[in-house]
Amino acid sequence: MIPEIGHFALILALCVAVVQGSLPIYGAAVGSSTLMSVAKPAARGQFILVLLAFCCLGYAFAAKDFSVLYVAATSNSQLPLHYRLAAIWGAHEGSLLLWTFILTIWMVAVTFFSTHLPEAMRARILGVMGLVSLGFLLFMLTVSNPFERLIPAAVDGRDLNPLLQDPGMVIHPPMLYMGYVGFSVAFAFAIAALLGGTLDAAWARWSRPWTTVAWCFLTVGIALGSGWAYYELGWGGWWFWDPVENASFMPWLAGTALIHSLAVTDKRGGFKVWTVLLAIMAFALSLMGTFLVRSGVLTSVHAFATDPKRGLFILAFLAVVIGGSLILYAWRAPRVGLGGGFALVSREAMLLGNNVLLVAALGAVLLGTLYPLFLDALGLGKISVGPPYFDTVFVPLMTPAVFLMGIGPLAQWKKASLPGLAMRLRWAFAVSVATALALPFVLGKWTPLISLGLLLALWIVTTTAIHLRERLAHDDGSSLWDRLAAVPRSYWGMLLAHCGIALFIVGVTMVKGFEVEKDVRMNVGETATIGGYTFRFDGSQELKGPNYMAARGTFRVSQDGRDVTVMYPEKRLYTVQNQTLTEAAIDSGLLRDLYVSLGEPLEDGAWSVRLYHKPFIDWIWGGCLIMALGGVLAISDRRYRLAWRREEADVPAATQTAGQKIS
Amino acid sequence: MKRFLLPLAIFVVMVGFLAVGLTLDPRKVPSPLVGKSAPDFSLPQLHDQEKVFSSNELRGKVWLLNFWASWCGGCKDEHPVLMQLAQSGEVPIYGMDYKDRREEALTWLRRWGNPYPVIAVDESGRVGINYGVYGVPETYMIDKAGVIRYKQIGPLDEDTVKGKILPLVREFQNK
Repeated sequence: MIPEIGHFALILALCVAVVQGSLPIYGAAVGSSTLMSVAKPAARGQFILVLLAFCCLGYAFAAKDFSVLYVAATSNSQLPLHYRLAAIWGAHEGSLLLWTFILTIWMVAVTFFSTHLPEAMRARILGVMGLVSLGFLLFMLTVSNPFERLIPAAVDGRDLNPLLQDPGMVIHPPMLYMGYVGFSVAFAFAIAALLGGTLDAAWARWSRPWTTVAWCFLTVGIALGSGWAYYELGWGGWWFWDPVENASFMPWLAGTALIHSLAVTDKRGGFKVWTVLLAIMAFALSLMGTFLVRSGVLTSVHAFATDPKRGLFILAFLAVVIGGSLILYAWRAPRVGLGGGFALVSREAMLLGNNVLLVAALGAVLLGTLYPLFLDALGLGKISVGPPYFDTVFVPLMTPAVFLMGIGPLAQWKKASLPGLAMRLRWAFAVSVATALALPFVLGKWTPLISLGLLLALWIVTTTAIHLRERLAHDDGSSLWDRLAAVPRSYWGMLLAHCGIALFIVGVTMVKGFEVEKDVRMNVGETATIGGYTFRFDGSQELKGPNYMAARGTFRVSQDGRDVTVMYPEKRLYTVQNQTLTEAAIDSGLLRDLYVSLGEPLEDGAWSVRLYHKPFIDWIWGGCLIMALGGVLAISDRRYRLAWRREEADVPAATQTAGQKIS
Repeated sequence: MKRFLLPLAIFVVMVGFLAVGLTLDPRKVPSPLVGKSAPDFSLPQLHDQEKVFSSNELRGKVWLLNFWASWCGGCKDEHPVLMQLAQSGEVPIYGMDYKDRREEALTWLRRWGNPYPVIAVDESGRVGINYGVYGVPETYMIDKAGVIRYKQIGPLDEDTVKGKILPLVREFQNK
């Protein structure tokens, strides 16, 4: 009964989406305030309905209702409750429900935080989001219904893929989807602006916080996914340029470009057309990511259901949504105008350079991801494009981007002086180059790439320091503390996000340059040494988990005769799917990770064992988190808070109470 | 106007390729082994551990080698097709019990039926590595000279058997 309620709620939500996607947009076109006012209650109603459906599916999992096909396919009676709930998004149908649910969350957020927008704008935004949600609801109800019954019911479920039974997996997809779907807001703003013909600085100011929030979620989501791959796949790597990883990385690149381009549109009124295009692109790539993962056109470790009907649906949807947007763009954009001019050396030019490089990197990733597919489609054979390609194209594109990142914030808008910039940055440059050349020798190994990586990281940090010093040096009689407090948070946010990149680069450089890896056969009591750490294998014993059997090895780690830690890597056999999984043991630290994973059991209790010493690897994810933190700081800026407060003063009492509840 | 149409044009081309991509099967990976000699093996038999099943015994015959396991869902799917093919007598299907437990494999065969005259046991998966097995089930067609002529990744279905495997079998039986 409960699953039928969920199914019915989805059908109702579809009906609401039809209304939300048509009446408000039409109302905005003819200027009917009655029709436009439908948008807000429709969006909230849709949220309630999809929430209901989501809870129904959650209930089916919690109650182990194996008469629901999806529940039987992705869970098992032995699976612990938290993983049963996470199994909601463990496969195709439920992921779509999560996608739609998150879309409705964003819609509701828009209804609450858009009271300062003109009514027509708001109606169009919610209308466009309603259309997107319409597509997804239709998709679920036609070819991937999570509530489909299995009659007769299964005795027990087929269990969740063991790889997904991990805390990282519980939180990674919702974060990623918050990011993906969050770009739908920026997209809806762009389409609304194109429809209304009002592409101005105000439009950019409104879209900025939404874009930044979505970008923060996406950043954290990608970092979590990468962390999950690191400790769950047991290969010791953190990024594989897998099509599915690329699918999440491409919207991130587009989103990063969008954030910077929006800044120019907001502050200087420039780049308008380009910003709109980026907003469309970011969302198009999110949709395409969904298509690539769901349709099975590309094989990948993540590949879910391969059903051509589903692939066809998403492709048609993609064609309608993005094709339609691009037609609208081609029709409307020529009338927008270009905004203020700027000199070749100016902050605008640097940001443009950054945008071009980011989009070029995006193009390179897109090409690498789709190239095998293109060749196949043309009948030229099957190939796969691996990490060497991506590494080769990515470094040369990102190096100038990072270089510009150091200069850009210091350059004046409109026109900056090149000699002046060189004067201001000469110390930063000298210090970075000298340290980058010398430091690898101190660390014991010099290669051009290590030096380059350190140079880029140091460049960011030193230019940031100079920038901050200049900002605080304007002595107007106030104390240093007051001057620090006067620096707006969005500025701190930018500096922090840039420093996050620096940490990330340090992590990547150190891991690539100094990682030590050893494959050894270890008998009980034997020792192996890497990176100054000695590992002693103390044998393995059998262990029984809730839904798996495991062999757990014990490794005592010591450094210079002192005990450091004891590590317990496991080899698990998940009994229902009969799948073995390597659960690596990782000892994390600020400066290094130790990583032990069990290979195959050999005779007499010996095992083949893989040991890694990975310096600075946690900086990779730390850098990502700091980037996201920078984003959070930027949106907590006074000007946004003031905007919310102002609008509360002049909205009617009814909406005001609603607004306060969540603020 | 023209330059504003450029994104649309790029997008249309991409959608076109994606649409063609949908009609292709990513699982049809070409095997580097097709056209090369099948790796030799000599393994204990499933029904009688004392006896050895060696690939050399089959020289001069066209035969199918089917990697399967009792734990594999896809093997259950293709099983009726194998049974039918075995009954037709057109070509013998030899089994390779891949990374499996003996008792479970025997129970599985008792329950669903046995299409194989002889089954070898590849407990460690070593032979699977030599053959480049991606995952079970996989089926290889091997000719009289011991050369692999066809490889199927994933379950066999009737269309593949009728449309591809049997014509190839007949072609090579007459050579």
